[in-house]
Amino acid sequence: MSAAPIDLPRWANAGLVPLVSVAAALLVAGLVVIGIGESPLEATTLLLRGALGSAEGVSFTLYYTTNFIFTGLAVAVAFHAGLFNIGGEGQATIAGIFVALACLWLAPLPGILLVPLAILAAAAGGALYGFIPGWLQATRGSHVVITTIMFNFIAATLSVYLLVEVIGKPGSMQAETPEFARHAILTPMHELLAPLGLKLPATPLNSAFLLALAALVAVWALIYRSRLGYAIRTVGANPRAAAYAGISPARIIMVAMAISGALAGGLAVNEVMGVQHRLLLDFTAGYGFVGIAVALMGRGHPVGVGLAALLFGVLYQGGAELSFDKPSITRDMVVVIGGVIILFAGALDGLFRRVVASGLRFGSAR
Amino acid sequence: MEWVQTIAVVLDSAVRLSVPLLCAALAGLWSERAGIVDIGLEGKMLIAAFASAVAAFATGSAWAGLGAGILASVMLALVHGFAAITWRGNQIVSGVAINMLAAGLTVILGNAWYGQGGRTPALEGPARFPDLTLPLGTWAREHVPVVGTFYDEVVSGHAAPVYLAFGCLLLTALVLKRTRFGLRLRAVGENPAAVDTAGISVAGLRYGAVIICGALCGLGGTYLAVSQSAGFLPHMTAGKGFIALAAVIFANWRPWPALGACLLFGLLDAVAIRLQGVIMPGLGQVPVQAIQALPYLMTVILLAGFIGKSTPPKASGLPYVKER
Amino acid sequence: MTEPPRSAVKPAPAIELIGISKRFGPVQANKDVALKVAAGSIHGIVGENGAGKSTLMSILYGFYEADSGEIRVSGTARKIRAPGEAIAAGIGMVHQHFMLVETLSVVENVVLGAEGGAWLKGGLARARAELARLSQEYGLVIDPDAIVGDLSVGLQQRVEILKALYRGADILILDEPTAVLTPPEANQLFCLLRALKAQGKTVILITHKLREIMNVTDRVSVMRRGEMVAHVKTAETSPATLAEAMVGRRVLLRVEKAPRQPGPAVLEIAGLSYVDGRDCETLKDVSLTLHAGEIVGIAGVAGNGQSELLEALAGLIQPSRGVIRFNGQILNAAERNPARLRKLGLMHIPEDRQKAGLVTAFSAAENAILGYHDDPAFGPGPFLSHAAIEAHARAAFAAYDVRPPDPALKTAKFSGGNQQKIVLAREIERAPKVLLVGQPTRGVDIGAIEFIHRRLIALRDAGVAILLVSVELEEVMALSDRILAMCGGRITGERAAETADERDLGLLMAGVSEAA
Repeated sequence: MSAAPIDLPRWANAGLVPLVSVAAALLVAGLVVIGIGESPLEATTLLLRGALGSAEGVSFTLYYTTNFIFTGLAVAVAFHAGLFNIGGEGQATIAGIFVALACLWLAPLPGILLVPLAILAAAAGGALYGFIPGWLQATRGSHVVITTIMFNFIAATLSVYLLVEVIGKPGSMQAETPEFARHAILTPMHELLAPLGLKLPATPLNSAFLLALAALVAVWALIYRSRLGYAIRTVGANPRAAAYAGISPARIIMVAMAISGALAGGLAVNEVMGVQHRLLLDFTAGYGFVGIAVALMGRGHPVGVGLAALLFGVLYQGGAELSFDKPSITRDMVVVIGGVIILFAGALDGLFRRVVASGLRFGSAR
Repeated sequence: MEWVQTIAVVLDSAVRLSVPLLCAALAGLWSERAGIVDIGLEGKMLIAAFASAVAAFATGSAWAGLGAGILASVMLALVHGFAAITWRGNQIVSGVAINMLAAGLTVILGNAWYGQGGRTPALEGPARFPDLTLPLGTWAREHVPVVGTFYDEVVSGHAAPVYLAFGCLLLTALVLKRTRFGLRLRAVGENPAAVDTAGISVAGLRYGAVIICGALCGLGGTYLAVSQSAGFLPHMTAGKGFIALAAVIFANWRPWPALGACLLFGLLDAVAIRLQGVIMPGLGQVPVQAIQALPYLMTVILLAGFIGKSTPPKASGLPYVKER
Repeated sequence: MTEPPRSAVKPAPAIELIGISKRFGPVQANKDVALKVAAGSIHGIVGENGAGKSTLMSILYGFYEADSGEIRVSGTARKIRAPGEAIAAGIGMVHQHFMLVETLSVVENVVLGAEGGAWLKGGLARARAELARLSQEYGLVIDPDAIVGDLSVGLQQRVEILKALYRGADILILDEPTAVLTPPEANQLFCLLRALKAQGKTVILITHKLREIMNVTDRVSVMRRGEMVAHVKTAETSPATLAEAMVGRRVLLRVEKAPRQPGPAVLEIAGLSYVDGRDCETLKDVSLTLHAGEIVGIAGVAGNGQSELLEALAGLIQPSRGVIRFNGQILNAAERNPARLRKLGLMHIPEDRQKAGLVTAFSAAENAILGYHDDPAFGPGPFLSHAAIEAHARAAFAAYDVRPPDPALKTAKFSGGNQQKIVLAREIERAPKVLLVGQPTRGVDIGAIEFIHRRLIALRDAGVAILLVSVELEEVMALSDRILAMCGGRITGERAAETADERDLGLLMAGVSEAA
């Protein structure tokens, strides 16, 4: 092992290394499946059939993909600024509170105003909750990683308090808000596509998916085609050069964290406005953490993030179907796969680059 | 003398609640003093809780549970070490991975083995650590006012892992301050190049610290599943690993202040439990969530330098690469 | 048994290196290096920055392993693969960047790695006694319980030396030991080195300061580009000879430049001071005036305030005192930021292009707009147009002969010279009024050096005011119209380029006052 960075061609760096590490992660998952006495081949078949074998399955897959696109992009934007935002869960939680308040308080407004305002509220809530750790790092020197971890817990207790004591549905056993008005929710995809003659089964997939696709394009344009994105990448790659270029790293840290938080807010838009139509406790359900895996696997590029989000969508939906047939393989398998992918594509990146580099050398030697 | 009894009961519960924090905080302290940032304390405690419950159930011995808990936690710690030390990977990323890995694996395996939604079967008899009554408790309660009550209620009557945890605290403070290993460890977290040029292996020291960190998380996790509870529940660590991280920051990476921080956070937790649903005169119902959020909030405020100052070991989080 | 006559057996050299080679990727840091250091002597190793001195000593100390070659210590061949083995062989090293743990006390630092047992108590007591003895013997007085981070740089170096002596080092390597010392501290150090020699220790002194070599060493070896080029007795050589050996028979730097009448003052600096984060005043009351169409060169040993001067003028650090006038207007604090200064026409080629002037992970085209990414020419509104950026880069790279002229190539893959041309093209093409230039040719190949020099002269002829900072005295002398010498953060003198001579400038750079 040497300290010299391993130089790989671009295609290998962007494509082969993530592929190899994902393959290795799935291999580990396969071993776990074997370990609990099931056949990985059968599990894979069931999983793929469940995720992609029917229109309903595909719809569910894309619904999950929506969540991962948002949380993955949130982590990716922060990465480009050299920051590690582990606070996606907390930012989405706060965004959920903002969405719920907007939908409940602004209910008298017509849908055409209410829906965009509620989406903006989600973005603002997430942005604010991302901005504060950014501001603390930029001006007070406290590290974003620790602050966002602590902020996740603070957001969770805050939402418990609000749901139990303040905005909870009176008389409900569950901690939840009353259901939003019909015009305050996002259109389900099957209703959206019905006028076009497309008949889809009723699933949670809703117009937030289109918003997620738009976010992919927008983040791509931001990072690779805008002046702000240029500044963000400069700060992330070389803060000293950024200062030399007249770019203020402190300002960029705050801006990038706010954008990252706003993107995490997309999770609330999909779940709260699109699916549950009310605010529930813990609706973030770990999507924020899987977003780290999505961003790492996607190498921070929107195309990669989109593909990685789709993979996790397949795993989530397929995993849900799989656990029907094989109760011993619960959806937590996806969490394991996410963890292993983070380990392989993130922390052990050096090892996998080495593996790919030796593979290429071996291949070209023959 | 009713209030003495009440305070003693709250303190007793604070001690119980702070033990897992103390174990994890000491674990984090060892790791970070050696320069390895560990946000995977939570995951290691969780896997230890699971492994210890499984082993204790299978063998009927709480001590076997402890062994298994420590082993499982050390295995995960070595994964972290492999990524962070050998491959110089990002330590935060690796920690996140370990937390997710543990959260997922424990539920899957628990569900596959016992089919109870991830729980392990309830532990009974010798499969759990019994509370140990220290000698002279009743006598002291009767003959020594106040102190006797505290002795009987707070000091006595805990399970073996509690006393082990406090033993580990003593040992940690002693080893760090007075031994060769401790000196080298303190040095490697500040300036690994100084250690390297003194002819000492940086990787060896760091692996040593990571293993100790794993063992301590193992103790904490085992305490949760085999002593405090009677078995494993999914996600039973519930953020304790992160509160421990906060305690380490609060303690400025020193052992005795870490005890103070853990006791404080344990006390907050005990008070929150006790105040649940209580109507305070003039205040109305106590917002228990506010008390629960306090450790996190205090950490953020401390880190931002609004109160006091925290200085982490200089080289923590940085992989050691020889300069050219 | 008969004892051989003393004169017949020469004692084995303390250190003998044979055929040492070391390569870092494409860089051959040491090439077939041979060296003999006599026991009980002070041996100097000189060479320019990057000549391979530090690498060689790191190999001797086991920090790196040589690709080939042999190390003999007192006549015995030794494999030194780790610092521990060097210590065992009686070699101690004082690194340029101290290897100290700042949060630990002096005595803890001294025993680190030589604790003599699992418990610290005994080892610390022994170290205290030994420190007391050493301070008696060599006058190395120090408080064993002081926290190292609180000590002055000079005292920290003392701790490093004590560390080596405590480990029983017979051979002491010092890497650029005076780079961070004040002149009195340096003199103290030399006294100590003589005392060590008197006790029979062997000292290897690495430096690029010839004055020190002449002052304290017995023998000198000269390195150039990874090779040993000369071994001489100090008494039999002169600074001039050594300097020539250090730089080699380099193409003499004679840049064709016509005499030129400078224009009006563009940049006026009065009483500029700067206090750094460690409360050290690294710029002291600096005043200078820069006219249109002249090159003012700053001559000085690295670390005497030149970097701070450049950074303060470029808006990267805020001076604690002083006034900067640009075209007669005082620049206030808000205006002294890099983006605003660029708009005014003050461009900056930074000393360390890899760390400050470029983002090596970016494509060459992206680096060609660093600092100018707000220019509307590069895209509509908030967006950047890749086509516009690439076209701009292509034109700039053609004009500055950047090779390969591929705007999409990652900047890290260009050679040092071509990286520098990317920076140069970026800053010069913007028609600066003032150009701050730091180390324009550091790590740049000969061909590119000539190109860069010609460009700078052309710029001067076009009426640009240029402030040049370089540690290469020859470069400063060849390019400048006026030369200012800096020492200890002050300007110690000014010479017109025609009348300046190396010796005279050297004295100014050493801080010897003009009156003396």
